[in-house]
Amino acid sequence: MTDMRQLYQEVILDHNRKPRNFGVIADANRHAEGHNPLCGDHIKLSMNVLDDRIETIAFEGDGCAICNASASMMTGAVKGKVVQEAEMLVEEFRNMVTGSLDPDNQTNHLGKLKVFGGVKDLPSRVKCAILPWHTLHAALNAEASTSTEGEADPVSDHA
Amino acid sequence: MNVEKIRADFPILDLQVSGNPLVYLDNAASSQMPQAVIDRMVRYQTQEHSNIHRAVHYLSELATKEYELARVKVQHFLNAKESREIIFTRGTTESINLVMHGYGRAFIEKGDEIILSALEHHANIVPWQMLAQEKGAVLRVIPMSDAGELLIDEFEALFNEKTKFLALSHVSNALGTINPVKEMTAFAHLHGVPVLLDGAQAAPHQPIDMQDLDCDFYAFSGHKMCGPTGIGVLYGKAHLLEKMQPFQGGGDMILSVTFEKTTYNVIPSKFEAGTPPIMAAIGLGSSIDYLSTIGLSNIETYEQNLLNYATERFSELSGVRIIGTAAKKTAVLSFEISGVHPHDIGTILNAEGIAIRTGHHCAQPVMIRFGIPATARASFAFYNTKEEVDKLVDGVCKVQEMFS
Repeated sequence: MTDMRQLYQEVILDHNRKPRNFGVIADANRHAEGHNPLCGDHIKLSMNVLDDRIETIAFEGDGCAICNASASMMTGAVKGKVVQEAEMLVEEFRNMVTGSLDPDNQTNHLGKLKVFGGVKDLPSRVKCAILPWHTLHAALNAEASTSTEGEADPVSDHA
Repeated sequence: MNVEKIRADFPILDLQVSGNPLVYLDNAASSQMPQAVIDRMVRYQTQEHSNIHRAVHYLSELATKEYELARVKVQHFLNAKESREIIFTRGTTESINLVMHGYGRAFIEKGDEIILSALEHHANIVPWQMLAQEKGAVLRVIPMSDAGELLIDEFEALFNEKTKFLALSHVSNALGTINPVKEMTAFAHLHGVPVLLDGAQAAPHQPIDMQDLDCDFYAFSGHKMCGPTGIGVLYGKAHLLEKMQPFQGGGDMILSVTFEKTTYNVIPSKFEAGTPPIMAAIGLGSSIDYLSTIGLSNIETYEQNLLNYATERFSELSGVRIIGTAAKKTAVLSFEISGVHPHDIGTILNAEGIAIRTGHHCAQPVMIRFGIPATARASFAFYNTKEEVDKLVDGVCKVQEMFS
């Protein structure tokens, strides 16, 4: 539970109050919206991908602190990266928060994103942390909208 | 009513959560079980269990006797005329689905209108939507005020010659509103319209009298009134239950079976197919005994005092809004803290050992009506204390501090 407190201390004091890359990219060529109707988390992502590299990225969101902070840190982590690297981070992040990747003992590129490791102990909040990453994946694959419910549920057995 | 003595009856209240004593304020979702009810169910399994109703051996006779005794306890708890008007189900949701299948599918026709209210739980919306879709019937919704009270003039205006059913919550789980169900039932009856009341949030918190309310169906759940999960009740007036078609087919609900023809059993057996949750039914009977010993009126008074105290303390907080401010409420406090998502409220309170529920509370239409995705909800029982209310308020202040 101290992981959770630490997550909130670091995350809330910082990224929720002053989200990074908050806004809309004017000349964006990729967009996606993520929505979790069961809890009300909502995020809109826009970015400009040139020569396979994420040049600019921004998000607008209306969700809980974990979702907002995850979105903020995500945009910081993938800006300037090539699509393949970004997709790798999507998978590593998902594996970390669902408990199948131990960020301290297994190879990964998560860096500061490790602060979300504690979310795996609160299954009800995993979807909050994952939604921005699902939305990134959707945008990179030219899907207009996504959710973390139903068939897209990252936590349930049938996913 | 000595709350400290009562708390000692509930072993789970001694639990530590996140290094803090458990402050359990999620009773509208499910209530805790006193040792006496736990012991009664263990005794059933240790000394009484067998399948019921057909064997001639000692244990079967004993189990049958205890199961039917539980039914009579429910009858008296509700002041129903006869015990055959009490059907055991899995819970309120199943009870409502039973009426949808048994009454709705048999008697509702294309173009008929079913009235629901704006503050229903999904259990009292979705089955009627399914029925309306199947039959081509129409759903009409009683609107509510910003305080969460149903608009009675608009309710009355909904009635016409096509109105064939009214399905209504006795108490709102999301808002705590106590609806004037006796008057609304009487009005419906003037128009020849039968009434189902969802009593899940009412039965644990106040005395209920079927003769006084005169509703046609009443549904409630055991686990919301200190009983086990997996058991609930459907009360139905005998003449209606008799003409309804069965819900589930199988053993016990029949008189005779051949491949050519099967005849159905009389009520209540007609609606109790298969081996019932015997232990859970006996547990429900035991929880009725426990609550009746304290007295539902005493429980009601105590919880109302707690609600008033909590409401008062919350109204002193700036940046906190109570959702659901009806004049008559049960001890349910749905609230929002400006600038903080309910999920975050719940997680931070959990770190203090406080259990509340956050989300749409299976009442998405209520959330939409109030323009919010979710609320944080504290719901009190007769084993909660003023100190626990104080801890909740401290927790809310802590949340505000973290997010300032």
